[in-house]
Amino acid sequence: MLAVFYLAGAVAIVSTALMVTRLNAVHALLYLVVSLLAVAVVFFTLGAPFVAALEAIIYAGTIMVLFVFVVMLLNLGERATAVERQWLAPGMWVGPAILSAILIAEVAYILTHASGQSSVATMVGPKQVGLALFGPYVIGVELASLLLMSALIGAYHLGARQPKVEIRHDLNTAERRAAPGGDPVRAGAGRPAGTA
Amino acid sequence: MLMSIEVMLNAAGLAFVIAGARWSQADGQVMFLFILAMAAAEVSVGLALVLQLYHQYGSLDVDAVSAMRG
Repeated sequence: MLAVFYLAGAVAIVSTALMVTRLNAVHALLYLVVSLLAVAVVFFTLGAPFVAALEAIIYAGTIMVLFVFVVMLLNLGERATAVERQWLAPGMWVGPAILSAILIAEVAYILTHASGQSSVATMVGPKQVGLALFGPYVIGVELASLLLMSALIGAYHLGARQPKVEIRHDLNTAERRAAPGGDPVRAGAGRPAGTA
Repeated sequence: MLMSIEVMLNAAGLAFVIAGARWSQADGQVMFLFILAMAAAEVSVGLALVLQLYHQYGSLDVDAVSAMRG
């Protein structure tokens, strides 16, 4: 179990470092998903299975799906299919595939061999978490519900298709806008080099 | 950008869970649940802001919005 912990931690560190250094958003997303799954395995080996499940479901599932949707949404156009084919070049998914294969092997090892053994730390199950959450921390639950409600309203307000804001002329917006069909990330690079 | 914020929040949650496992208390996992809710809220608002930025400027460059309207 200790070796599983260290291996999952190494996978998390390596995938996070690779994610930070990627230049393409989709490649960074792939490594980020692997990193979150590795942290989920770390949580499981630490004796926190409830949090591990939440990490895999909410972080690696829901939030990453949001990211993927937005990244794919911002790349519509004629070049989209060619760009996506370039993104899925074999050299690009080999790294995340190897790292997640290590994680899958670890989970298979846990499920087959190490069931019933004592983990690194003492197990804190979902029942204790629930008792603490709705006992002394119930005001935090209410605050989290308020935060989620305000985030829902804010995201709805921001996401509504608003008329384009009249932009002042001294901002040189014509230079800052992306050329049609151009790379949206590189657009707005009209400033002097080296000031980025 | 937003992905790095996710990594930082995840690191804070990892520290909370490890501390909770060290003293075998459930408080660390409760704090991780709060971090999770906060990260979900932050991501929804942040991605809506990114979509608005792309809609208004046709660019994802944050430096394009370095000037205020006033």
